[in-house]
Amino acid sequence: MNLLIKSPLSARIGLCIVLFNIIVAIFAPLIAPYSETEVVGDVWEQMSGNSLLGTDHLGRDLMSRLIFGARNTIALAFITTMLSFLSGTTLGFVAAVKGGWIDNLFSRIIDIIMAFPTLIFALMILSVMGSSVMILIVTIAMLDSTRVYRLARAVAMDIEVMDFVEVARLRGEGLWWIMRREILPNAMPSLVAEFGLRFCFVFLFIASLSFLGLGLQPPLADWGGMVRENAGAITFGIFIPLIPAAAIAFLTVGVNLIVDWFLHLASGMHN
Amino acid sequence: MKPVIWLILRRAGFGFLTIIVISLIIFIGVELLPGDVAEAVLGQNATQETVEAFRKALKLELPPHVRYWVWLTDFVQGDFGRSLANGREVSGLIGWRFANTLFLALTTAAIAIPLSVMLGMMAAFYRNTLFDKVISITTLSFISFPEFFIAYILITLFSVQFNIFPSMANINESMTLVAKLHAVLLPALTLTCVVTAHMMRQTRAAIINVLASAYIEMAELKGIRRLRIIMRHAFPNSLSPVINVVALNLAYLIVGVVIVEVVFVYPGLGQLLVDSVSKRDIPVVQASGLIFAGAYISLNMMADILSMLANPRLRQSQTS
Amino acid sequence: MKSENLLQIRNLFIEGFYENQWNTIVDDISLDLKRGEVLGLIGESGAGKSTIGLAAMGYTRQGCRLASGSIKLDGMELFGASEEQLRSIRGEKIAYVAQSAAASFNPSHRIIHQYAEGPVQHGIMDYEQARKNAVKIYDRLFLPDPEKIGLKYPHELSGGQLQRAMVAMSMSCEPDIIVFDEPTTALDVTTQIEVLASVKEITEKMNKAALYITHDLAVVAQVAHRIMVLRNGGLVEEGETRRLIKKPKEKYTRDLLSVRTLSEDKNDEDKTDVILKVKDVYATYNGVDNVLEDINLTVRQGRTVALVGESGSGKSTLARVITGMLPATRGEISFLGQPLSPDLKHRDKNNLRRLQMIYQMPDTALNPKQTVRTVIGRPLDFYFGTRGKEAEKRIRDLLTRIELEPAKYIDRLTPELSGGEKQRICIARALAAEPDFIICDEVTSALDQLVAEGILALLQDLQREMNISYLFITHDLATVKAIADKIVIMLEGRIIEQGEKTEVLTPPHHAYTDKLLASVPVMDPDWLDNLLDKRASTFLS
Repeated sequence: MNLLIKSPLSARIGLCIVLFNIIVAIFAPLIAPYSETEVVGDVWEQMSGNSLLGTDHLGRDLMSRLIFGARNTIALAFITTMLSFLSGTTLGFVAAVKGGWIDNLFSRIIDIIMAFPTLIFALMILSVMGSSVMILIVTIAMLDSTRVYRLARAVAMDIEVMDFVEVARLRGEGLWWIMRREILPNAMPSLVAEFGLRFCFVFLFIASLSFLGLGLQPPLADWGGMVRENAGAITFGIFIPLIPAAAIAFLTVGVNLIVDWFLHLASGMHN
Repeated sequence: MKPVIWLILRRAGFGFLTIIVISLIIFIGVELLPGDVAEAVLGQNATQETVEAFRKALKLELPPHVRYWVWLTDFVQGDFGRSLANGREVSGLIGWRFANTLFLALTTAAIAIPLSVMLGMMAAFYRNTLFDKVISITTLSFISFPEFFIAYILITLFSVQFNIFPSMANINESMTLVAKLHAVLLPALTLTCVVTAHMMRQTRAAIINVLASAYIEMAELKGIRRLRIIMRHAFPNSLSPVINVVALNLAYLIVGVVIVEVVFVYPGLGQLLVDSVSKRDIPVVQASGLIFAGAYISLNMMADILSMLANPRLRQSQTS
Repeated sequence: MKSENLLQIRNLFIEGFYENQWNTIVDDISLDLKRGEVLGLIGESGAGKSTIGLAAMGYTRQGCRLASGSIKLDGMELFGASEEQLRSIRGEKIAYVAQSAAASFNPSHRIIHQYAEGPVQHGIMDYEQARKNAVKIYDRLFLPDPEKIGLKYPHELSGGQLQRAMVAMSMSCEPDIIVFDEPTTALDVTTQIEVLASVKEITEKMNKAALYITHDLAVVAQVAHRIMVLRNGGLVEEGETRRLIKKPKEKYTRDLLSVRTLSEDKNDEDKTDVILKVKDVYATYNGVDNVLEDINLTVRQGRTVALVGESGSGKSTLARVITGMLPATRGEISFLGQPLSPDLKHRDKNNLRRLQMIYQMPDTALNPKQTVRTVIGRPLDFYFGTRGKEAEKRIRDLLTRIELEPAKYIDRLTPELSGGEKQRICIARALAAEPDFIICDEVTSALDQLVAEGILALLQDLQREMNISYLFITHDLATVKAIADKIVIMLEGRIIEQGEKTEVLTPPHHAYTDKLLASVPVMDPDWLDNLLDKRASTFLS
């Protein structure tokens, strides 16, 4: 609470943006004027009382699609990030604490995966496996967890060389205690900031895949896909594709503003 | 300290090894398909003949290790096999598109590198001023935006409102260089926005890091002029991290190009890759994936080698 | 016209920005420095001595500002002077020698170019002239191969050489004043002598005025004519060196001067049980080069063995071998009569419990996210299964034992404690395991002198009461003299001499022991001169 009061304006704006998005996502069915797939008018109608933001390429209400899209897109990105974080930090911590051949093995595998551009890797997997929600989540989580692994390992290595970890080892503590009680609490500030960054990355990544037509499949509403579906409108001077694109940008800016503040705090704590 | 040439050879060796492993992964990826590849790709209703043709195209009748070897040696010789979708030579599909992609990437690099290094240095020297803060917020926003958002904003502004640049970046052999540049300017600007944001932030951080060193304080206490401190004391030591930042972001550029090509319907390798993925045209996906990966790995490798060369300690250990 | 006082500081206040406000860090300091005079500034950490040294050059670090007062350098007021005016005096009239030469030399340029940069940029002389001067001064400061050494890059010189090269660099513009900011703190005692000798050469033979900043009274006594004792940014007392050392006025100065004699001699060596026996031990980090060779030593119950050596001697490695962090490749370690597995993983809980360790840096030895209760309570739970009320009582007893009030400290997070308090908590954590043997790895070297003495006294009390044995690793011979029963001296991974304290400290010694003992500054202003005279004469004869 104390932290919030001292937080800079930018972080507060970020927090409001994120909270707003979360509330919309959770209460989507209550807020949205129409359902996800209901056709309410003509193709690419202008903004009106009937549909606040106009209609999309099939005459569905853009506002409602946007609200349901928040739900699908944010939930998907959140689950993926969680998965990538759990696996990335666990492996990273184990590598840092155990060292030796385990560390070598993990790190070499991760090096190889990271030597491959993420988007290309994902495209290749999707081309072979086909695109489904499960495969999407697992693929992105796996690719993203390599970044989490790198960071978690680096942070844990910094903590691992501290004498208090040696004290725990000399006491005879097991791997679990060392990871859970000695390293994790000290790694938390860096990890929280990284979670924000990874979420942004995953969120943008999914949006990009959807934009390329390889993410969530229609008729499910998601923001990247909505940009793609309505892309043709732009040449007619209709700005409809800009709206879901702006929604994506809006949320990521919000998260990044919070992350920036967190990184600032974390670096300040060391000095 | 080991001589720098040895370190470079080792890094190059590792890069080469990575490419080999990546090619193996790309190859095995197809092998690991659940069930029969042909059925999975063509669907259950495929006729016997199409399945046979498909198997032959992928050389499925050979044992895996032989097939890998054949695929790899063919690839090195420029024979990427035939497309499943239209039966044409993959190399014919890829060649000129790859050249287009390189053209776009180079145009972007020519704008983005000087711009971001300059902005990064200025932000570092005038840190915590209004200039620095404005730059910081702007780049943070650009990092947060998806590429297509920036692209559509540029299109809305420059193609729809003012009609200066085309929204479709169509280029071909017969165009003059100026005409080509005119065509790719919007996609190049889009990429520039994204890449500059990353590159500039990292450059700023690298230089601030150097400016905080004890030897900078020492130079100030020796009564050296500010400009000389920057040029003679800060610059040579920032060179290595900045070069690293630049090369890493060029690698990023290679990937960022995919989405921008789709937005602007630019006839490049990225566009082809995305099309082939949705058609599940595996030979094309394999070939273009490997080319992208190769370019990415080479740039990463160059980043490391250049920053080794620019590192004063490593450089000196060779001369003395 | 030149004034008598080269440097005159009056009522100087400097503020630092932390905890969201401006705090006074230098509090009403006035000082005078005459031509050819050396003024020592001494104090513990946070005394503001470096800040004053930099302020004499009109410089403050980021987050600090000159609040009020006057700084006159040779009649010119620096307070409020323009950046260009300040630039013109820095290096030319007043030069600076930093604590870490390794960090203060630019890694990209040759030593000689960095030497010449000052005079060339200030327009005093051309490069060729500066180079010739450099060779002369390198020669005077006993740097090897003075003609060529300047062509090297900083990382090619040793720590002591680099520090002397920086002393030389400060002379490049022939300034009137040199500010020495802890120039020997990062060095070993034998290297420290070389640097002190070059400081002496410059101040005495070349007649430069200097501010000499240090935390070590014995060091400053060798070079300074006058000494100012500082504490928390303010002046404690000021006086001519000999007078201050002989007759300090303030209690704080007397405390700094007090000679440590804590242990009574216990020469009944053979009568107590052997706790630890290290026999023919070898160890290596890379599998090829031995970092420890042929190590033999024994520690008896209730005794303190001091393990002495300079950096790189392998003394901390030996501690790692004994604890099992770095398994020995050859040899045997037995603990309480039983052979001990070389690898930590194969030792049983009881042996782990009975062998505890205390570290140099209490900051990193305590998890910053844990409270004092968790830190001390965990070994109780882990080794004895003591929890709840019983554990609470035990923790409070232990806190009382290390002279910290339980109610005040038990719920504090460790970063909220001072350095000395943290080290006490580390001791309590070791005691909670009810050990027979504690390895103390440089436990006082990160602490201020008075705090360190408190810790040593506590360790002595505990030994008397609980009959614990210590292996005391240190580079500080004063500490050794204060607490050891037995001394073991290490050099380059080998033990070169060991025995009872009185035996090792009285001649004849091994040549290295001799050098080591002779290099430790003594609280006598003539010590360095005598030592250098003696070395010169033995060198000539």
